[in-house]
Amino acid sequence: MNAGIKRDHQRFKQIVKGKIKQNLKKYISHGELIGRQAKDYVSIPIPQIDLPRFKFGKRQAGGVGQGEGAPGTPLGPGEPEEGSQQAGNSGGEHSLEVDVTLAELAQMLGEELELPNIQPKGSGAIQSHKNRYSGIHTVGPNSLRHVKRTFKEALKRQIVTGQYNPEDPVIIPIKKDHRYRSWKSVTKPENNALIIYMMDVSGSMGDEQKEIVRTESFWLDTWIRSQYNDVEIRYIIHDATAKEVDPQTFYHTRESGGTLISSAYKLANEIIVKEYPVSEWNIYAFHFSDGDNWSGEDTKLCVEMLRNDLLPKLNSFCYGQVESRYGSGQFIKDLLENFKEEDRIITSKIESKEAIYRSLKEFLGKGK
Amino acid sequence: MRKILPPELLKAHAEIKEIARGYGLETFETIFELVDYDEINEIAATGGFPNRYPHWRFGMDYDYLSKSYTYGLQKIYELVINNDPCYAYLQSGNEIVDQKLVMAHVYGHCDFFKNNMWFSKTNRKMLDEMANHATRVREYQDRYGVDNVENFIDVCCSIDNLIDFFSVFAQKPSVIRKGGLEKSSDDFSEESGVRKFDSKDYMDKYVNPKSFLEDQEKKIRDEVEKSRKFPLEPKRDILEFLIQYAPLENWQREILSIVREEAYYFAPQGQTKIMNEGWASFWHSTIMTQHVLKDSEVIDYADHHSGTMGSSPGQINPYKIGIELYRDIEDRWNRGKFGKEYDECDSLEAKRAWDKKTDLGRQKIFEVRKLHNDVTFIDSFMNEEFCNRLKLFTYGFNRRTGQYEIVDRDWRKVKNQLLFSLTNFGNPIICVEDANFENRAELLLTHRHEGVDLEFDKASETLRNIQLLWKRPVHILTKYNNQPKLLTHDGKELKEKDA
Repeated sequence: MNAGIKRDHQRFKQIVKGKIKQNLKKYISHGELIGRQAKDYVSIPIPQIDLPRFKFGKRQAGGVGQGEGAPGTPLGPGEPEEGSQQAGNSGGEHSLEVDVTLAELAQMLGEELELPNIQPKGSGAIQSHKNRYSGIHTVGPNSLRHVKRTFKEALKRQIVTGQYNPEDPVIIPIKKDHRYRSWKSVTKPENNALIIYMMDVSGSMGDEQKEIVRTESFWLDTWIRSQYNDVEIRYIIHDATAKEVDPQTFYHTRESGGTLISSAYKLANEIIVKEYPVSEWNIYAFHFSDGDNWSGEDTKLCVEMLRNDLLPKLNSFCYGQVESRYGSGQFIKDLLENFKEEDRIITSKIESKEAIYRSLKEFLGKGK
Repeated sequence: MRKILPPELLKAHAEIKEIARGYGLETFETIFELVDYDEINEIAATGGFPNRYPHWRFGMDYDYLSKSYTYGLQKIYELVINNDPCYAYLQSGNEIVDQKLVMAHVYGHCDFFKNNMWFSKTNRKMLDEMANHATRVREYQDRYGVDNVENFIDVCCSIDNLIDFFSVFAQKPSVIRKGGLEKSSDDFSEESGVRKFDSKDYMDKYVNPKSFLEDQEKKIRDEVEKSRKFPLEPKRDILEFLIQYAPLENWQREILSIVREEAYYFAPQGQTKIMNEGWASFWHSTIMTQHVLKDSEVIDYADHHSGTMGSSPGQINPYKIGIELYRDIEDRWNRGKFGKEYDECDSLEAKRAWDKKTDLGRQKIFEVRKLHNDVTFIDSFMNEEFCNRLKLFTYGFNRRTGQYEIVDRDWRKVKNQLLFSLTNFGNPIICVEDANFENRAELLLTHRHEGVDLEFDKASETLRNIQLLWKRPVHILTKYNNQPKLLTHDGKELKEKDA
């Protein structure tokens, strides 16, 4: 009855999307979205888009209430500071939370960062079969009987044989009329991706650094997921030794001790060799560290492993160096020196949260 | 689609209509329509009117309503619009006892719409008028572009609270003219006050040469012009002022008029929220409990009635305050608890037991619903006993703890606070003071500061919107932390200085 409201609703959603896009840069550098992630969507708080009016400041105005309680009884927390010169928040009115699907978010990210679509390696090489119930057969199990078609057949038959009486439209299907749904096998090229996150958790990586890694990997996930049908993610942490962990541990563990980066590369290689045939998977490895390695010896080992074992299997290897007070930041230099020609090795320095935006672009900008 | 009411509801409607008549409720013809939950959200989002001009904020409200319905946070029971005939919507998923409650409630509203004097100037064919507005706005969108028109509506709606609620009673809702400054007098020379020297007639043109007179006259006129303010009196109806004098395109002027007209239409509903809801609740309660309810429905009725009347500590419930105050008034006038004798009685005991059997209660509340609005209603009838019985309090923000806290239970303070929040429906009072500020055709607004500052961010954005209409810089004189401030928006940025 009210086509107008649907249009208004669409329009509102458009405006909201525009707002999210406008503020995407801010969302990218602050990790607040991660905590708001449900299975397929994130709920994003956006600044009020209600129309401004001359209004009283709520705090100063106070009000009248009803109920028990002596003077001084608290009624609830106040809203964020307002009335100042800085960007304030009015509070009091319902704040707007918008559910955005991850696919939409990825699309916005792609547009904002001008990311090229990833060219899957060996596209079409991997086939998967799916059954689609789109056909009709004359035989089949009763559970798949197509009632409408069955009755249609019966009606046709009755009309042809003159048994059908429009005054008394009784249709009785006989065995021959029965129709059943049946399936067809569809072959689809499948693109799977594996993401391996590796993080240095040695003493020099603090909470702040991990927060950066967490935020960065959220966006990396979002983007890579939007590009592949099926994405698996594995997490490796390392100090002097490496082990595979669940995401919770990955982001929150703090170990101490030395750093042998090669241990992580070795483990990553093992996982790939054991479980992910290179011909079927697009594999991405991300390694975050503060750039401190135990010894030049180990760095040499890393370079060798990268060149001989990992790189041939990977779509790209991304190294993100997080700034830390203790790290020397040597490793990124070593990588750059050794892999000048190799465009599958992408390095990026992430000095602060604000740098996440740029570094995402560096990692994903090549479309590998 | 709208459905004809099923027989059981038709029957209930007929029954409730009769009972309402019997009590003296007088309404426009009332038409109920059965809609599903989504439809009622749609209609509610557009303020009860199925056909409104296109604007995203209706979509936003719809989004909010349908989400809160989906999550079970709230549900719209009834929706009624002030129109002749009165349209009201029933939600098809409700129990029959709810539908009866809603019908009885709606009859209360309809009676209020028809009889309360603050509604007397509203357009009773608003359903048609809104549809006309919608058509016009769509035409403008076709001609001037969707974004263009939408942005302009944004600007207009941002100032739709800057109207003068009382102006509708001072004059007919005026046909608004487009026009420049009013030139009220071409007859300066007659009363210009140029002093002639006394002279014989035949000597006059030598004693008072014409050129001298003209010079004098011009001088005086210049002075008057200079001191003349425009507008002569501060104007509360800023929308009207802008429609008349802002340099707008015709279609823009038209849209601003539409927004203004709708604002005036909705204004009485804001002015009488407590009275209107209280009146409707009073009648649904009376009609249901004394006539309509079946034994088997009592529990459901009680449940929903108490749900409607419930209050949370942080805010008052207009339904509750309203119904209680009507009941209180009825009781007081039934027992003659009014007038000089009662007021001057010192004995609490005697006052409590006071009963003159005057039996004027019903008559009184019908009179109250005719004459009052929320402000006068609370001001005239809320007393100490009432505030204490309803456990009302004032609350305020405590900077130290960062929380809202109960401040006081003194009934005078409660009443003052309540009256403040109802005056001008809780909106700041702002006037056009000078349209030729600093003699540069800039617009000066003044905020009549009554102890509460304007919200700064919103105020500056609103100022910006008015600037878009006025095209020249716009100022507002207000106070922050007791310091007079002049905020200025020149279209590029906001400036703030002490005044």
